[in-house]
Amino acid sequence: MRHSQRALLLFILLCTLFLAACGSTTTSTTSTVTPTPSPSPNTLNVFAAASLTGSFTAIAAKYQQAHPNVVIKLNFAGSQILEQQIANGAAADVFASADLANMTKVSDAGLVGVSQVFAKNRLTVITPASNPGHINTLHDLANKGVKVDIAAPTVPAGKYSLQVLAKMALSPQYGPAYVKAVKANFVSLETDVKAVVTKVQLGEVDAGYVYVTDAAAAKDKVTMIPIPDIYNVIAQYPIAVTKGSTHAGDAQAFMQYILSKDGQDVLQQYGFIAINP
Amino acid sequence: MSNVWSRWLARIVVGILAGSFFLFIGVPLVALLLREPPALLWATMQQPEVRQALELSFLTTSISTFLTVLFGLPVAFVLARMQFRGRSLLETLVTLPIVFPPVVAGVALLLTFGRFGLVGRYLLPLGITIPFTTLAVIMAQMFVSSPFFINTAKAGLEQLDKRYEQAAYTLRASPFYTFRHVVLPLIRPILLSGIGLAWARALGELGATITFAGSFPGVTQTMPVAVYIAAESDLDTAVALSVVLLAVSFGLLLALRLGRERLVG
Repeated sequence: MRHSQRALLLFILLCTLFLAACGSTTTSTTSTVTPTPSPSPNTLNVFAAASLTGSFTAIAAKYQQAHPNVVIKLNFAGSQILEQQIANGAAADVFASADLANMTKVSDAGLVGVSQVFAKNRLTVITPASNPGHINTLHDLANKGVKVDIAAPTVPAGKYSLQVLAKMALSPQYGPAYVKAVKANFVSLETDVKAVVTKVQLGEVDAGYVYVTDAAAAKDKVTMIPIPDIYNVIAQYPIAVTKGSTHAGDAQAFMQYILSKDGQDVLQQYGFIAINP
Repeated sequence: MSNVWSRWLARIVVGILAGSFFLFIGVPLVALLLREPPALLWATMQQPEVRQALELSFLTTSISTFLTVLFGLPVAFVLARMQFRGRSLLETLVTLPIVFPPVVAGVALLLTFGRFGLVGRYLLPLGITIPFTTLAVIMAQMFVSSPFFINTAKAGLEQLDKRYEQAAYTLRASPFYTFRHVVLPLIRPILLSGIGLAWARALGELGATITFAGSFPGVTQTMPVAVYIAAESDLDTAVALSVVLLAVSFGLLLALRLGRERLVG
């Protein structure tokens, strides 16, 4: 008897839980978006490209010191993933992309306001500090048996790397034979640029194409072989406030801070090319 | 009277709990299926790169599962049947790869078998480099999937009554003969489920493969890696690829399950 009573109680409890879960399905999506109503600091959700990890963490720390009423939550991922998250209703206030293409996507979908380029990045070749492949110039990348790592063509960094090679193929100094030889040395097409850095750092490959900012972050473990400007590709980083932002004023202020001298100084420390407004 | 009631109650509670869990697992799969029109799925399957990735996945997981069984069965036997100091330590060790974040497993493999790794540095003068090869894919899969087979096989052996073997020994059967003709047939169903689990885990392996083996079409780019790379640019292709991968996995697991049922039944 006692047993069945306990079971009955459990059953009722489960039913209530189940019904509560069912009933709230329509409202739960909105309730997670709006923060708990309290006079405490405003939370800004900043969605930033993975390559901004170091610089934006530093900028957010500085900004929060100066603005104690704002808490910044950073969400780092590949720009294409962030674009998907925002397109599927994630509660972002600010979106900072590593390329114009993903910003255009959210902008065309009417999800963000006016965007502005806030930083530029360029590519470089890096080798492990021990330089096992004896790579001293870009020409050496075409040597037989050299292991070269690159991001996949679907990743912005990989797309830019291939653009660099395409420019080199057209130049008399390098030419198509050079590019063909370099491509034959590719051992992997990485899923993101950080994976290229990891493999170079560990010495598993002789060289890799990465952003200057990545090389700067790992400067003790890798050596940079600069790619001349005529072949290089400049990656533009745009930023925008989302239309769905619940703290549009704060979001706008944070965006202005990134564009200000303070923000630009930090970005430069991390190897970005600052923009001159 | 109350007995009948409580039995009904138990049925309802179990039904609701199990039913909602089936939905929890099933609905996301249906959501994937519904997102893409069948025509796109078909077109995706026809792409040469996709075929290449599927073939590579099938080849590597077949080999890695075979090797897992080859090495894992003795491991399971030692752990289940022998008493020695440090046994629980070894038991924990072979289970550990389940807890490893796969990317860390990949880094650990690189630090071991990479060019400057603990073992790899001695292989290099012999002209052997493992990273970025199909062998690296197989090793990554074995590393992460072996615990699923070993633990299942071990549990099967532990449950098996030792008297069967003892009876065989009294009839002067050799240990190998006993294992082959007495133990193996008795634990075959549970071995099959272990193989199924390990195979499935190997088929979905991503993190360790990307880190240790990289991603090059036809050499190291398995299906999950192709899905991950496709997701970077085009979610629809990624979803279509996943559905193909899921269909293959589902077929494989179902076949193993049916094979098992035939053995048991």
